[in-house]
Amino acid sequence: MQKKDIGLATLVMTVGAIVAVINPRFLSPINLANTANLIGLFGLFSIAEAFVIVTAGIELSIGSVIALIGVIFVDLIASFGVPWPVALAIVMVLSVAIGLLHGWLITRLRLQPFVVTLCGLLIYRGIARFYTRDGTAGFSFGSDFPMLEYLVAGRTAGVPHSVIAFLLVAVAAWFLLHRTVLGRHLFAVGKNPEAAGFSGIDTTRVIIQAYVLCAFLTGISAVFFAMYTRSVQPSSHGNFYELYGIAAAVLGGFSLRGGEGSIIGVVLGVILLQVLQNLVNLLGIPSSLNFAVMGSVILAGVIADTQFSRYRDARRQAIAMAALDSE
Amino acid sequence: MTAHRQKDISLDLLGITKVYPGAIALNNVSLSIRGGEVVGLVGENGAGKSTLMKVLSGAIAPDEGRIVIDGEEVTSLTSARVHERGIALVHQELNPFPNLDVTANVLLGREIRRGMFGFLDQAAMERKVAPILARLDTRFGPNDAVSGLSLADQQLLEIARALSIDPRLLILDEPTSSLTLSETKRLLDVIRQLSADGVAVLFITHRLAEIEEVASRVVALRDGRNAGTLGCGEITKDAMIRLMIGRDVGQFYEKAEHDPGRPVLELKGLRTKAYPQHPLDLCLRAGEILCLTGLVGAGRTELARALFGIDRIEGGVLEIEGQRLVGHSVPAAIAAGLCLVPEDRKTEGLFLDFSITENIAMPSHAALSRIGFIDIGAETALAEASRNKLSIKTAGLGRAAAEMSGGNQQKVVLAKWLAMKPRIIILDEPTRGIDVGAKAEVYRLMQALAADGVALLMISSDMEEVIGISDRVAVMCRGRIAGMLARDQLTEETILQLAVE
Repeated sequence: MQKKDIGLATLVMTVGAIVAVINPRFLSPINLANTANLIGLFGLFSIAEAFVIVTAGIELSIGSVIALIGVIFVDLIASFGVPWPVALAIVMVLSVAIGLLHGWLITRLRLQPFVVTLCGLLIYRGIARFYTRDGTAGFSFGSDFPMLEYLVAGRTAGVPHSVIAFLLVAVAAWFLLHRTVLGRHLFAVGKNPEAAGFSGIDTTRVIIQAYVLCAFLTGISAVFFAMYTRSVQPSSHGNFYELYGIAAAVLGGFSLRGGEGSIIGVVLGVILLQVLQNLVNLLGIPSSLNFAVMGSVILAGVIADTQFSRYRDARRQAIAMAALDSE
Repeated sequence: MTAHRQKDISLDLLGITKVYPGAIALNNVSLSIRGGEVVGLVGENGAGKSTLMKVLSGAIAPDEGRIVIDGEEVTSLTSARVHERGIALVHQELNPFPNLDVTANVLLGREIRRGMFGFLDQAAMERKVAPILARLDTRFGPNDAVSGLSLADQQLLEIARALSIDPRLLILDEPTSSLTLSETKRLLDVIRQLSADGVAVLFITHRLAEIEEVASRVVALRDGRNAGTLGCGEITKDAMIRLMIGRDVGQFYEKAEHDPGRPVLELKGLRTKAYPQHPLDLCLRAGEILCLTGLVGAGRTELARALFGIDRIEGGVLEIEGQRLVGHSVPAAIAAGLCLVPEDRKTEGLFLDFSITENIAMPSHAALSRIGFIDIGAETALAEASRNKLSIKTAGLGRAAAEMSGGNQQKVVLAKWLAMKPRIIILDEPTRGIDVGAKAEVYRLMQALAADGVALLMISSDMEEVIGISDRVAVMCRGRIAGMLARDQLTEETILQLAVE
């Protein structure tokens, strides 16, 4: 674990402890399970975002993809009677196709990631709304899919399956980013694409892989969200989620300049953001202030981080000076 | 430029100390300079020259020591104070603004305004810039776009920028590294004129011949301390080297005869992206050091980039060990046993923020991983072996590459390719900006590789190096190979004649 991660973990604990002291309901099983469920749901696409950010890219269409994929998934099952495993396969293929498209536009046509995914944000949201004629895609009353619901929205020993999925994805992502060649290449391409090319790394392929990975995880996340809400209102479903993912990644130590960050960091970032949201609810702070609280904490965290590293440098300097004087 | 100005500068740095975590950059260093003097500052990389420059330019504050300007003591310099005192610095790294024109670059931050709204007075600015450019005899004018300037022209632009403040002290940090011979000569003339006008010039360069030519005094640094001073009559290359490294350099270039083996790299009518009109033929043999030389812009780096698969090949055939390469790319070149030590090690050769280990292992991941997972043990072992083999000096292999001196950084770039056991190594200016000691080590390593049967293609502009180490020399001129010289034909004159056609 990096020092940054330890600092963030301490912050999560502290905030949690304060909320628990002020309102003991924070620790009630129901609240914990609900919070955990949200952490799982939001965590899936935050990790997705992290894979793109580490390459110095950005993915702004996550929320819209969640809406579009959610609409299609629900509609395939509810209106077309497609068996859910087939529907799942279809939407996952679609997600990967979106990732490939973004990666292709960014690497082959040399468009800026911000522009490509901003257009994605607008386009997918528009298509989702058009597809449902601005209505809601939902399961008709009384229909149920016990197996699917158990897998995606069920619980095992009180633990929501979204949390289990999130943990599995997080562990896999940790190995992928920190222990595999692809992970090392993602860092390398994000830090210095030129030197990466000179080292024989196929930067185009690495960047496309990052966007595909991101889209794939976003697709999984979309299915979980669709089953969580059970009906998808395409004009609002998943709004701002991309910014939420970016916030979690930045809080977790990812630099938007690329080449920095850790999976443990982004996991802690997601937890912190959800605990804060919970804090707003439990402490009776008007929920309209939700975003303001989140924004302030992220800002404070980033400021603390830079100040702390400056302090550390100054201390190192002082130690070095002292060593010289005692020579 | 006015001949009569404010009085000549007098600047003394006394007992300057600057400490960085893990390293003492400057230890009790003193340096004095008066108007009209040309002082050569020499020292190996990491000797403290750049740090001293940063102190002088106000970029960093010293931890200890006194700075006295014109008899007045100042605790530290700031960029504003430096400017106010008439000190101009030409940085080694070029940072022009390619989106602005020459005039705007030269006068950036000191634009001439007019009228109550403070609009830019373009005509007055050009009137100010034009004579400075004329003095340097530049090929570009005040209205030219900077984006189109070559590296050499950019260097002259930086110098013009420094001259435009009418300095009392001009500090030149490696100003000639990409200049051609005639431009260098011109610059040295300008330095002489300035010093006759009473301007003090502090001249930092690895090209000791230039210091020999213009300096009236030499100050040498070694390991962050003053290593000695040479007066007017004592300035010779050997004397400077002795001060820089603290001992005599024996045989700097070990002349070793190699038996050229079978051809490993053959170019048949190869056409590069930069000069598609000139098909190139070249044959590189196992165990030889072939040097590619020529003026800046002759197409040497472009050829290297094409061979390594960075740039597209426009036509012709590239054969490695008799196998024709089709669909050339960097991974294909590496797989064929060809690698490139690039010209700019900081942006192209290294990941400065990554650890030394990660840098060395970067291209070897296929060998150091199992089903995609990196074998950290093998990675560390490789780095450790490279450290011993190339005597890479570092406090730890987990340190960032940015924390090393230029010579050691170059060794890391070499190490990452040697781990691939290449058959052909292209080295683009392998000793640019590295110190004398590290240079000797790089030469020794190249000789050892050649003796092992590796084919080396070295790109270099350093004549001494070209003549000292090559088995054969190919001279390029405007995209063509103007001639091939055997070892016994190598003199500065024969090379230059071909280079300028």
